[in-house]
Amino acid sequence: MSRKIERVLTIGLIYPELLGTYGDGGNARVLCERARRRGIAAEISPVGIGDDVPDASIYLLGGGEDGPQRLGADLLRRSSFSSRVRNGSYVLAVCAGLQILGTSFAVEGDDEFEGLDLVDVVTQRGETRSVGDLVVRVGERDLVGFENHGGRTTLGAGVEPLGRVERGRGNDGAVDGYQTTNVWASYAHGPVLAMNPWFADRVLERVLDLELSPLSTVADQLYEERRAKLLG
Amino acid sequence: MPPASSLRGTVARRAVVTVNFLSRFTARGSGTVIGGRVGLAMAPRLLEHLVQGRDVILVSGTNGKTTTSAMIAAGWGGVVATNDTGSNMPAGLVAALAASKSHSAVLEVDESWLSDVLNATGARVVTLLNLSRDQLDRANEVRQIAERWRLLLASAQGTEVVANANDPLVVYAAELATSVTWCDVPTPWTSDAVSCPHCTQPLHFAAASWSCECGFAKPINVATTLRDGLVVRGSPLALDLQLPGAFNRANAAMALTALSLVGADLTIALARVNSLSSVAGRFSLRRWRNHRLRLLLAKNPAGFAAMLETLERDDSNVWVAINARLADGHDPSWLYDVPFELLRGHRVFCFGDRRLDLATRLDYGNVDYVVVGDESLIPVSLEPVAVLANYTAFQECRERSNAC
Ligand SMILES: [Zn+2]
Repeated sequence: MSRKIERVLTIGLIYPELLGTYGDGGNARVLCERARRRGIAAEISPVGIGDDVPDASIYLLGGGEDGPQRLGADLLRRSSFSSRVRNGSYVLAVCAGLQILGTSFAVEGDDEFEGLDLVDVVTQRGETRSVGDLVVRVGERDLVGFENHGGRTTLGAGVEPLGRVERGRGNDGAVDGYQTTNVWASYAHGPVLAMNPWFADRVLERVLDLELSPLSTVADQLYEERRAKLLG
Repeated sequence: MPPASSLRGTVARRAVVTVNFLSRFTARGSGTVIGGRVGLAMAPRLLEHLVQGRDVILVSGTNGKTTTSAMIAAGWGGVVATNDTGSNMPAGLVAALAASKSHSAVLEVDESWLSDVLNATGARVVTLLNLSRDQLDRANEVRQIAERWRLLLASAQGTEVVANANDPLVVYAAELATSVTWCDVPTPWTSDAVSCPHCTQPLHFAAASWSCECGFAKPINVATTLRDGLVVRGSPLALDLQLPGAFNRANAAMALTALSLVGADLTIALARVNSLSSVAGRFSLRRWRNHRLRLLLAKNPAGFAAMLETLERDDSNVWVAINARLADGHDPSWLYDVPFELLRGHRVFCFGDRRLDLATRLDYGNVDYVVVGDESLIPVSLEPVAVLANYTAFQECRERSNAC
């Protein structure tokens, strides 16, 4: 690449103790490493439950059990997180994180809890829990992953899903997640970026506003293997 | 038990032994679970029948069940019925009990089955080691298990609870029990209990204690402590284990505490526990092709973290084998919660169905790795090579290798 790179990628990993049930911290490692291997300085800032939310290039929200999910939502509501996201900070949210960004979510029976209201999305308790492989058609590519959640998510008018479900349930059996100008959300939990290197790079390119050079890693083989297995 | 059901119990017990014998004889199974299932189908109260007249100690928790049970069985001495194959649901327990008429029994019990098993056995002692994430895609979220244990133990009369005072979820589960012996043993993995089980506020962890603003805190009246040395209910004991690692010292402390509650002689029990060198094939030296292997089982992030701590900090080769079959949980996401960075400096050979998931994890952790294709090309190490494997991968390693 000829362009001089001056930016530093800072990754705000939100409450890993609460929203890190499924190895979600892996997404931060993946973004950090894929940036560094292209010569871009990158660092991960874990945001602890007593900390204020610092400035960051992108925030990551992971999955969590019911109690921790509620606590995470409550703590974020009292923080600067929402105003930062409204001002354009990027967010990748999976599983519980996807639900927290919406207007409301249901956990612990049928009780309804207030979300952060950043995206017009409502999550109710599904009839059954969805546990298994998930494949989502995102544009011309397939996103492979694993879901484990009890939510049924309905998108408000005008909210664009991340993609169409090819295997698994996602939001409702038809589509999975959502995307806005600065938010990606999916039920593919945990290290979804590790399994989908193309998606990790798509996120990085948007956040850094750069065209990235190709990067070949063993994750490419993993992606092809999973994709062939799940769709084959 | 009325005579009719007792007769049914006796018939069922014979069925268990017979089916197990046939299963072994025809080499269709390991001869533990199949017989148990047949017996349970014949007599639902078989477990209750089989424990009559025996002293029973139960062991449950996410990690260390098999090792702690083996320590209790060894320390107790004499013939002890125990499910040392790791089949820890009712069918496996029935099979173990039917195979032995011993006066004492120690049973490791799957976390989700503890209520049924305690209700059926009325065990003298229940030992609760720890609670963390395991096989998540089965959706036994750890907090739900803690909640169920709490309800169970609040009403369990006549059972002594031995519980880990450093695991907040275990304390939550045991604090309402009528008789608890708290053990202050090192428990590094507390990532699954950062929010208070009572009020969901953040828990505060300090060097030797933990607490919440709502008042929930580490119990003060600990009876067993393991710091510079081990003291079990007032008796100092010189712990000198053959088994590696801080986690095995914690297991031994809890095993000896359980034994003290059934009147075992602690000096003799300690000597027996100290001399244990292998548990159900774990930690044992095996041979495969030209390699000498030291097999280490680790099934979840807490278990892996504990095993990685036992490895030497050198440049030796380490083998890691990962499957994601039914017994392992179908989702290997947890690999990203394992501190594999501890393996930097080693070269890691990746085995198992999910070796590419493992290799990707190691690559992002900047750990040197090799994805094993042709097994004949693996270099032979002079020293035994450490093999870390999760559940079904470990079973495969055992089956494919021989004792040294
Ligand atoms: Zn509290």
